[in-house]
This record gives sequence, C-alpha cells and structure tokens, in this order.
Amino acid sequence: MWIIAPLLCGLIFGAGLLISGMVQPTKVLGFLDIFGAWDPSLAVVMAAALAVSVPGFMLANRHSRPWFAGQYFLPGKSGIDLPLVAGAALFGIGWGLVGLCPGPALESLATLSPGIIVFVAAMAAGMIAHDAWQQARLTAQRDRTLASATDG
Amino acid sequence: MADFTPVSAAIGGVLIGLSAVLLMLSTGRIAGISGIFSGLLNLRGEDKGWRIVFVAGLILAPILAGLIGYGMAQPKLPSSWAVIIAAGLLVGFGTRLGGGCTSGHGICGVARLSPRSIAATVVFMVTAVITVAVTHHVLGG
Repeated sequence: MWIIAPLLCGLIFGAGLLISGMVQPTKVLGFLDIFGAWDPSLAVVMAAALAVSVPGFMLANRHSRPWFAGQYFLPGKSGIDLPLVAGAALFGIGWGLVGLCPGPALESLATLSPGIIVFVAAMAAGMIAHDAWQQARLTAQRDRTLASATDG
Repeated sequence: MADFTPVSAAIGGVLIGLSAVLLMLSTGRIAGISGIFSGLLNLRGEDKGWRIVFVAGLILAPILAGLIGYGMAQPKLPSSWAVIIAAGLLVGFGTRLGGGCTSGHGICGVARLSPRSIAATVVFMVTAVITVAVTHHVLGG
C-alpha cells in the first residue's frame, strides 16, 4: 500500500508543474530573462510552494517517523562548500541554456519529444560521469593514504 | 510582463509544495527530482521502488491530464542538438555535484531553512539569469 504514496506525490508534483506552466521551457526562460519581457510567474510558483512546504515540514518535524518508513532520510551535510557552489553554478548554466530542470524534463518524456529524450539521456550521462569521477577521486585518495601508510 | 500568470502559478506552486510535504510525511524522503532520478541510475542502489513509482507518476500526470482535455504542448527547445546535449550534461553533472536542483534545494531545502540549499538556490538562479542574459541579449540567440 505504501507504494501509492510516492505515486500520488509524483502525480501531484507533475500536475503542479503542468498547471503552473513550469513544464514549458519558454515559461521558465521568461522568468530568467530579467532584461527581456520578464515573466515573474516562477517566483509566484516558488512562493506558493514554500507557503505550503514550510509549515508542512515543520509538521513533519513533530512526528518521530514517517507514516510508511522507519526514519526520515535527510541530507547529512550542513556547511556551504566548493562542490555545492560549483555544482549549483554548473546546473544554473545548463538550466539557463534551455530552460529545463530535472522535474519538467522527466515529466516531458510523456510527449516523446526527441529533444527531451536527448536532454534526459545527456542529463543521465552527466550524473553517471559525476559519480564515476567522484569514485576515481576517492580511489586515488585511498591509494595515496595506503602508500603513505606503508612508507611511514 | 505580458505572460505573467499569477493564478495558475500559485495553484501549481501549492500542488508542488503539497507533493513535497506528502512525500516527506509518508516516506520520509526529500522530493528532489535530481536525487530521485540519479538513484535510478545506480546499478547497486537499493530502494528503487519508490523512485520508479514517483517518476512514473510525474510522467503519467500530463498523460492523465490529456485524457480530460488538458494535455501539455510539445516543449519548445533550441534547434541545436549541441546546446541541448551540453545543457543536459551540465544539469546532470551540476545537480549531482551540488546535491540538488530547483525542487530539492529550491523548495525542500529552503523550506527546511538549510543554509546549503539557500546558497545553492541563489547561485543557480544567478548563473541561470546570467546565462539567459548572455545567450538572448549579448549573443542574440
């Protein structure tokens, strides 16, 4: 039965993107284009979403555990570091290039648009490339630590 | 501001916020789409079930809306495949490196008053605005 909850959440999220118009890249670009014919709609979407999610998450904080899981899965990191800033900057450039972020891109797969399919494939490739790079860095770091340990 | 649609934006925003809250209350998960999707790409990863079902719901939404006459238009994308691919790679790599996107940082993280998410949201908003300014007004795309 628990599987109904994420399905419903996906449907509601998709409906929200659809009704707000944020599923359309042109609408998003209209917000980002502050030097053109600026469309503030995205700011209203964010404000309305936060008006619901701020009290909603406070409510969740008061429950010791979720309805269908043993615990909450919250991000562990707290500090602002270089990967966060660099990653957000790269994402912002990609978002500004076509007006697609991950939610609308995945939802738009429903249209079977070749451009969307290529975008989502490239997005997946970017994610896989990041994880492979991170893995290689960790392995190199471990090897260095092991080498210095045996040297000493 | 000819294209400003405050009412539909507000209704859509409420639904997005509601989805994030319901996912947190029911499964204890952050509704960050980049995180949900990247979890599907990891071969060893567990707990794929809820991720598959959430993304299925996301894709089903416009299909169901189409059945009652509110289908979505084909998205308008740049004609250049190079731009589409570059943007996809940047969005994929950047959201993994930065640990989130508009939904995970911009809505869930900001709602939790996470300094990391607030910083990330400011950074991606600023770089996106600069990117659009450069491509639309400097390069004249």
